[in-house]
Amino acid sequence: MSEVLLDFNNVTMQFGGVTALNEVSLQIKQGEILGLIGPNGAGKTTCFNVMTGVYAPTLGTVSFEGKNLAKLKRFEITKVGIARTFQNIRLFSEMTALENVMVGADARKKASVGGAILRTSRQRHEEKESRERSMELLQFMGISDRAETAARNLPYGYQRRLEIARALATEPKLLCLDEPAAGFNPAEKEELNELILKIREQGYTVLLIEHDMNVVMKVSDRVAVLDFGQKIADGLPADVRNNPAVIAAYLGVEDNAS
Amino acid sequence: MSLVLNFWLRVTALFSGFGEQFRAMNKWQRYSAYGLGVVALYLLPYWPDVPVLGQIVNTPGSQFETVLNDQVVIFVLIALGLNVVVGIAGLLDLGYVGFYAVGAYVTAILTSAHGNLPWLLALPIAVVISMLFGLILGTPTLRLRGDYLAIVTLGFGEIIRLTAKNMDWLGASRGISNIKKPPSMFGLKFGVLDAKPYFYLGLTMVFIVIFILHRLEYSRVGRAWVAIREDEDAAELMGVNTFKFKLWAFTIGAGIGGLAGVHYAGKVGFINPDNFPLQLSILFLAAVVLGGSGNMYGAILGGILVAYMPERLRNFSDKRILVFGIVLVLMMVFRPEGILPKRVGNEHKKRRAKSQEGEVAS
Amino acid sequence: MPDWLIIRTFWELTVTGLALGSIYALVALGYTLVYGVLRLINFAHSEIFMVGTFGALLASSQFLSIPLLEDGNYPYRTGMTLIIFLVFIMLIAMLFSGIGAVVLERVAYRPLRGNGDAFGAIVLAFLTTFIVSLVFVDQAKINVIIALLATAPISYAYMRFFKQGRKAPRLAFLISAIGASTAISEAVGVWSKHGRDQYQTPRLLEKKTLFTMFGTDVRIDYAIVIVGALLMMTALTLFVNKTRLGRGVRAVAQDAETSRILGVNVDLIIIVTFALGGVMAGGAAMLFTLVYDQTRFNIGFILGVKSFTAAVLGGIGNLKGALLGGLLLGLVENYGSAIFGGQWKDVIAFVVLLVVLMFRPTGLLGESLGKARV
Repeated sequence: MSEVLLDFNNVTMQFGGVTALNEVSLQIKQGEILGLIGPNGAGKTTCFNVMTGVYAPTLGTVSFEGKNLAKLKRFEITKVGIARTFQNIRLFSEMTALENVMVGADARKKASVGGAILRTSRQRHEEKESRERSMELLQFMGISDRAETAARNLPYGYQRRLEIARALATEPKLLCLDEPAAGFNPAEKEELNELILKIREQGYTVLLIEHDMNVVMKVSDRVAVLDFGQKIADGLPADVRNNPAVIAAYLGVEDNAS
Repeated sequence: MSLVLNFWLRVTALFSGFGEQFRAMNKWQRYSAYGLGVVALYLLPYWPDVPVLGQIVNTPGSQFETVLNDQVVIFVLIALGLNVVVGIAGLLDLGYVGFYAVGAYVTAILTSAHGNLPWLLALPIAVVISMLFGLILGTPTLRLRGDYLAIVTLGFGEIIRLTAKNMDWLGASRGISNIKKPPSMFGLKFGVLDAKPYFYLGLTMVFIVIFILHRLEYSRVGRAWVAIREDEDAAELMGVNTFKFKLWAFTIGAGIGGLAGVHYAGKVGFINPDNFPLQLSILFLAAVVLGGSGNMYGAILGGILVAYMPERLRNFSDKRILVFGIVLVLMMVFRPEGILPKRVGNEHKKRRAKSQEGEVAS
Repeated sequence: MPDWLIIRTFWELTVTGLALGSIYALVALGYTLVYGVLRLINFAHSEIFMVGTFGALLASSQFLSIPLLEDGNYPYRTGMTLIIFLVFIMLIAMLFSGIGAVVLERVAYRPLRGNGDAFGAIVLAFLTTFIVSLVFVDQAKINVIIALLATAPISYAYMRFFKQGRKAPRLAFLISAIGASTAISEAVGVWSKHGRDQYQTPRLLEKKTLFTMFGTDVRIDYAIVIVGALLMMTALTLFVNKTRLGRGVRAVAQDAETSRILGVNVDLIIIVTFALGGVMAGGAAMLFTLVYDQTRFNIGFILGVKSFTAAVLGGIGNLKGALLGGLLLGLVENYGSAIFGGQWKDVIAFVVLLVVLMFRPTGLLGESLGKARV
């Protein structure tokens, strides 16, 4: 049994009178790919936002490698080693692809105003390192041919992948992907699957929120299911697929939706 | 396309075509072009003596070199500083005149009203104090959302003016006179009549500021600023300490505003609260936005236009604020990115690929 | 100073503070409404107020031909005549401000939403040709003629530009607002009869004591201001809460996109919002001239900044907040200037704003229309 990287302990999240998460406990282990699924509005993205410090949980704790995240600011959570992508793409649209990734890489750098004005040797070194590392990541994601294009002018698939590259640049231990396959066709989804597996091979732990069951079931080592803010299943993909509660949740939603 | 729009496009194309050619030159050609440009700028006070060119640039009704220094250089410095805050980091500062006033007043206090320091010594102190004001104002307010920042900074500009106006220690409405002039250096004598030495000094300040800002812009700091402007939440979640970098932008902007104030005070020798009306903040903002918010060279161009055009086109001097107001609206409607839009991508790399693939719906 | 005098001054300051605060509150409503619906600081709202004061001036001195007499020989009216006159002047001021606000929206904001219409195109084309012609000649009549001649083709070109539906970034709206604000006040400063000088407005109401409370005389004009402002605010609240259009305003404030999908005519609602804000500012403008008997081209600026401060203080986007913030600001300013001296009045207002924002970043009552972002 590998060690627990992120521990979601009895987390409750309320907005006004609405309970978005109700006593959810969830553990992410070092080196695994955890799929988090659930019907629309089940609380997946809220889960995500609590994890990355966008919201502080109403009750319960979230700890990362034993550190309580509640006290950390958002940018400090990144430095601890959690990085994320956004469901609705949020790139820095007036920056080039390369610069977008460099912003991520800069998270681990130190040189500030003084260094930049004086061009100290450390600053030059860091700058070179950022640039090279970012370029590598663009190559890794297969989008380096458009490194100098403004993010807003990139095709959709590139933008999605650029988001992952930017997150990886912050050197996270845990990479959280929020519906990375949204808007992809089956072939693109297949590519993405391979990419996620490749990312894991590099030693990252991955949390995957996805709507598309096929993607989740194929790449995840373990799948957790949320419904109405509660965790209703947690286990191997094959088990979860046959879990009656999960089937009910998904079918029930489809009934409601129609 | 209408004539007007067509004209705009032509003008921009001219500038970008220029840039294209420029980048195609080799290192030595480029450096000599820079050198020639710099020399031409230092010779600006003599441009009116050149036939034809002189007819075009000369300002009827006011001395050309006085316009260059008192208007153009000051506005360019301020546009450069304000561009860091508004254009690059995206923080709307409507009280920038406050920092300009702080720079001028600190110089006046130290060299005349309550001290006898030489101007050259007052300069760094005034710049640092302006930066401190930036820090003091920024610390509580930069945590606020952008819209609130606008109103709080507006208040700040007014507080500075009112404080100067109501405190005897600051000369009240009379102001402070006998401010020391810069010392003679490099054979330049800073007197009352000749504005040329001041212009050389101011132009040198502009170059130093450009140098510093250029280094900042193409570094981790500049990237953080742009990221904050583009999407503050996303920037923070990518590990950018947004508060710290916003504070830096604010402080650096304040320092440059203060520097402009020091230069102004040293030139005119006499200041009073009426030199720093809130309306100036609007003109400063107009300069940045008109030229191209987020692009240093755009801001410079904006500063030049806002300062120089009213002097060149004397016949509607009483309507210049009116005209700027209308121009701002027109500009925002038809070309919100300004005359020289910000460039995307590193200057050393090729210009942004001509985006034929069409914009992705966001 | 003996204790009773301090107390007496206190109540006196309270009454004048409430009157000033009522005017702030009315103007603040305009900021809050527009901010709630468009998330935009309508920087030019201050000039809408200024236009209202000139509307009031025009109504009383031109339409009603009330002469402007100095040295105590005022053209006082009484009874029904007075009430009818006051209501008439207020309606004209509201008309000026209301129309001003709607025109402002069409010209300076709507095109930036990628939604420009012919009206905006024509006005912008006129302004373009006007300022271009200024470079060559500076004679208002000739400028206007040149501008009118060239307006048609240019507005056609502008319309074609609008068809592209380009949306401007958020900052652009605010800068357009600042530009419009500057242009409106300068236009009055340049072309009105006395230019940049102060205008006296006719005083048709004898400012005598209406009743005495806590040993303080409450002057009739202050009473009218406070009561009038409260009535207008009640009417606005009823409108927003009870009518179909009002519901539309609230719906768009909460979520413009969803409202559009659900069939709300968002552009109409935005016009209504601006009109409502303008009408409130017009009312405030008339009440202002009632108390202070004067106006000027730049009178809106500081008052606008203060009113916006009031809106932020109470929680922008929140109608009750505007009322609370306005009254509070009026009082604090009055007490503050009694303690520190009148010249520090504006400084006090801004310091209060800073302190409140530091401890309650969304204002005293919170942004009722604000949403969690991300």
